[in-house]
Amino acid sequence: MEPTNIKDPEYFHKVVDCQYACPAHTPVPEYIRLIAEQKYTEAYMVNWESNVFPGILGRTCDRPCEPACRRGRVEKEPVAICRLKRVAADNKDDVKHLMPKIPTTKNGKKIAMVGAGPASLTVARDLAPQGYELHLYDEQKAGGGFMRSQIPSFRLPETVLDEEVNYILDMGVVSTFNTRVNSLAELLTKGYDAIFVGSGAPRGRDLDLPGRQEAKANIHIGIDWLASVAFEHITKIGKKVIVLGGGNTAMDCCRTARRLGGDHVKVLVRSPFAEMKASPWEKEDAAHEDIPIIDNHVPKAFIVENGKLKGMTFDRVKPVRDENGKRSLVSTGEPEVFVEADDVLIAVGQENSFPWIERNIGIEFDKWDMPVVDPTTFQSTNPKVFFGGDAAFGPKNVITAVAHGHYAAVSIDLMCRGEDITKRPSPYTNLVSTKMGVHEWSYDNQVTTDIRYKVPHAEKKMTLKDRKHEVELGFDVATGFKEAERCLNCDVQTVFTESKCIECDACVDICPTSCITFTMNEDSENDLRKHLKAPATNKSQDLYVSKTLPTARVMVKDEDVCLHCGLCAERCPTAAWDMQKYIYNTTKASKVW
Amino acid sequence: MSYARPKFRHPQLPKNELGYTQDYYEGSISTLCAGCGHDSISAAIVQACFENNIEPHRVAKMSGIGCSSKTPAYFLSHSHGFNSVHGRMPSVATGANMANKGLVYLGVSGDGDTASIGMGQFVHAVRRNLNMVYIVMNNGCYGLTKGQDSATADKGSKNKAGNVNDFESINLASLALELGATFVAQSFSGDKTQLVPLIKAAMKHNGFAFLNVISPCVTFNNNVGSTKSYDFVREHQEATSTFDLVPHKTEITTKYDEGTTKSVVMHDGSLIQLHKLEEKWDPQNKLSAMTALENAKNKGEILTGLIYINEQSEDLHALLNTSDTPLNKLTQDVLCPGTEKLKEINKTLR
Repeated sequence: MEPTNIKDPEYFHKVVDCQYACPAHTPVPEYIRLIAEQKYTEAYMVNWESNVFPGILGRTCDRPCEPACRRGRVEKEPVAICRLKRVAADNKDDVKHLMPKIPTTKNGKKIAMVGAGPASLTVARDLAPQGYELHLYDEQKAGGGFMRSQIPSFRLPETVLDEEVNYILDMGVVSTFNTRVNSLAELLTKGYDAIFVGSGAPRGRDLDLPGRQEAKANIHIGIDWLASVAFEHITKIGKKVIVLGGGNTAMDCCRTARRLGGDHVKVLVRSPFAEMKASPWEKEDAAHEDIPIIDNHVPKAFIVENGKLKGMTFDRVKPVRDENGKRSLVSTGEPEVFVEADDVLIAVGQENSFPWIERNIGIEFDKWDMPVVDPTTFQSTNPKVFFGGDAAFGPKNVITAVAHGHYAAVSIDLMCRGEDITKRPSPYTNLVSTKMGVHEWSYDNQVTTDIRYKVPHAEKKMTLKDRKHEVELGFDVATGFKEAERCLNCDVQTVFTESKCIECDACVDICPTSCITFTMNEDSENDLRKHLKAPATNKSQDLYVSKTLPTARVMVKDEDVCLHCGLCAERCPTAAWDMQKYIYNTTKASKVW
Repeated sequence: MSYARPKFRHPQLPKNELGYTQDYYEGSISTLCAGCGHDSISAAIVQACFENNIEPHRVAKMSGIGCSSKTPAYFLSHSHGFNSVHGRMPSVATGANMANKGLVYLGVSGDGDTASIGMGQFVHAVRRNLNMVYIVMNNGCYGLTKGQDSATADKGSKNKAGNVNDFESINLASLALELGATFVAQSFSGDKTQLVPLIKAAMKHNGFAFLNVISPCVTFNNNVGSTKSYDFVREHQEATSTFDLVPHKTEITTKYDEGTTKSVVMHDGSLIQLHKLEEKWDPQNKLSAMTALENAKNKGEILTGLIYINEQSEDLHALLNTSDTPLNKLTQDVLCPGTEKLKEINKTLR
């Protein structure tokens, strides 16, 4: 194999699994170290710079970082990254003075944003410090988008949401709430230099089954119902409730129903339990609130008696896979199941809908009636119109919307400066030694064996009484420290300098996880993997290959289960190994922290 | 500085026949200098015991004093161990060995512990053909007392301060051969592909197995002009042969040209398979082995690999007809047969 090019900014970025998996590439180990040092404000700001909503995400993020966490490959569970983010948000000092200064003299460019969700707010946050005039439109009475309308208050208190939304609105954003944009063509005539569409995926899918019309008074579309609860148009529900669907919206619906008078709430889902779309922890939380999740049940009909909903019938199915692995649900042939219900909540998916975008204004739509959006620049086929968040590529999550916002803001900024928006600015990177003494490092390189700490919950009898009572209490400072110590510091890289190596094998002998091998090189990676000291079967993780050494061998390090403990560097007599902290920041439209 | 190794290991470590992974054979974290050759030898011992499917509790680690003699703390935490007085390891090992022949005795010593203070002990353990593995971690200097030349420092070799050694060195492998060692090998700490099979074979050998392993002292003897530095040894290492240890009942797959291979059946039925690099050398001929050592010395080379083996040897237990049962398992009436028996014996001596 060719020697690894560690100058490629993506090489070491990939080693920091959590950061690499995060759509916004939040420098996770960096802020976890700051939490361990009790520098909560700094930890918050590192987050805020990259993901804009640390307090919100610390409670509600889909956490793609956690399944990626290296710790999950050396022991059972990853670091509780998401809940550590909340520790930073909960314990920070006032951060208002750390917010970017907004110039009073504007730069003369005017940008409109449609929808006040995470994508638009991120665009605003990134552009405001450059002096852009920012106009935000939303049909709701306050900002936040689906973070406000669909995430229940027992998961995300309004105070946390308001705080982080207001940091952005306070940057001089001109917001127009309670106003629905009904025509993009009209907006285009208002002299904006760019328009960002972050209007989400606002339409909940319906189920057109027998009885749907007759019982419509007691059948609700999940996301609309959640919004009505959030804005207090709905305050109660029947005692027996069926929730249809297996995603996180279904989980939010069933738990909200429990708080509005639903004593017997059941979730019925078509797919097997293990294949449900909901995050495992959300399923656990629902189970904790005595909500049975009944899988392999396909809804057949709404049963109506005397014009009133009585319940629903379901067909029992089992999953069958064809030779291509494609799953289909086949009826077991058993009799239909009847489940009683006073109300039914349908949470079987969301769709995009753009009735307000005229089809003759240069925005191309594809066969699924989705706008054609460039995945890098987020520009539509109308150069002035950009899309981001769920509006761009369908329903995802908050952190993805934030990432889209960053990219779109960079594009808008480049365009307004008259530059080519396809020439993307390279990320900011830095690689600096952590060596403090002969065997001392500026990071805590001891690896603790503590297993993942559980976040304490408020008492169920309290939380089920009050829709706004937050269920998760968050880690206290002491537990937060212990959980932070579980982080392996994957951003502190093992950097190898061939010219210093005397091939004494000290690193090979000391490495606890047998990552390092000195061996003859091979042409192909697969062949080289066979020569390594320990099985190197995880091909998603790179091999770090040195140039040829004096004995004609090469050093090969399998990055897969490296603990970043620094022992290779401690036992290296010539400092051919060094532990160097790698900083990787995606470039934003403005430097904000 | 790290005072412990993290507990996590590679999740897919292979298991040996006993069901152990290699980490079960590890010891505490080393306190030797970073890059010390001794640590590599410790790692080679760990690997050899793992691959030989040795139960750690069937091993007794014996050592004296010195950097080398600290290493038993760094391997085989689950084994027995005795850290004796400086240079006295052979006596303690002899005692232990006589008391229980069922264990694998692994003596670890250094050039000072063996060739200076312990020389008088070492030679007798060799000539008695004590059934043990005796590894000398040979760095040619006294690393624990700031690197003075030891008795194995080669004549003409330069130390870190630039002083040349004027004294003749003791060639431990030649000495062991001379005194009747039945397994003699030399190796280099930086060459595990050679060292590990040698240690494995030494452990299977029935009799005194001597391994002289050049182990550079990175702190005091890794300078230009030293004959025990990493660079010097790599440049001047000359192997007698490639060396494979084929466990009992395993099919032999490696094939060499006829005339260059040599097979030696070990005590337990496993096979040493050699691919000779030295034409005139015969590992079962003592004279040829001595000549090869002397030739290498004259050429300024370090001869490594297996040098001599005599699998027909009778060890000390056989010579003394000792008890198969360990002494601690013998009951008092067997150990102390009583006055009547004593009288009987005395009568035969009158």
